[in-house]
Amino acid sequence: MILADLAGRTFPPTAPYAVTEERLAAFAAATGTSRAVGGPAPTTFPIVVAFEAMTALMADPSVGIELHRVVHGAQGFVHTRPVVAGDRLTAQLTVVGLRQIGGADIITTSSAIVDATGALVCTAEATLVHKADD
Amino acid sequence: MGTELAPTTYRVTRADLLAYAAASGDHNPIHSDDQVAAAVGLPGVIAHGMYTLALAARYVDEYRGEPGGIVELSAKFTKPVVVPAGADGTEVRVSGVLEVRDGVETVSLTVTCGDDRVLGNPKAVLRG
Repeated sequence: MILADLAGRTFPPTAPYAVTEERLAAFAAATGTSRAVGGPAPTTFPIVVAFEAMTALMADPSVGIELHRVVHGAQGFVHTRPVVAGDRLTAQLTVVGLRQIGGADIITTSSAIVDATGALVCTAEATLVHKADD
Repeated sequence: MGTELAPTTYRVTRADLLAYAAASGDHNPIHSDDQVAAAVGLPGVIAHGMYTLALAARYVDEYRGEPGGIVELSAKFTKPVVVPAGADGTEVRVSGVLEVRDGVETVSLTVTCGDDRVLGNPKAVLRG
């Protein structure tokens, strides 16, 4: 059972994630994305940081999410600037909406991904579908 | 009306999913283990939705000729991309329509696997 008061709740920021050339190169290679050394991160790379924030949400016992019932319903990114090697990024997730459709909980989240100075780099919006009991 | 961009087909194999899991930190076994996938009612091992979205971004990068040009990217995950074992895997086809409004370039994408549209309303807004 998902807490009804989950909407509007903001969770603590994730631990800083050090963006390195190696991590960017591995992500680019895995997705077949062309990228020069020192160049910007692939567009969807911030999911790595946002995913940590989503995992923390789903693992929080006070929220009541059962991980095996969760499906990633939608994802969006709004980039303020490209991610580059040397960035230290944290994600802070806010549950912006919670509704029920056909017994499933539709959880809309927005994670603000900021650099070491606190400047916004990317906003990652994820919709998580928490399916009803079988 | 917009300008139609030439479609591109990307092969997706289990090896790609393993590499993506390692690079992204998403190690959900539905992307690697047939038994786990079957246990949750899937027809087989499926690609990470985020892998498919990354292919959509790659397509737009390839149109532009350089990475890092997308300021907004979004999609719904509407159907799974089932990836059979073996070197053939499956294929994901991406096409797009480029529109310019008020000087802002937007690519509306179509992403399919077989007969299924696997992403809902995938869209990229390009840096001005």
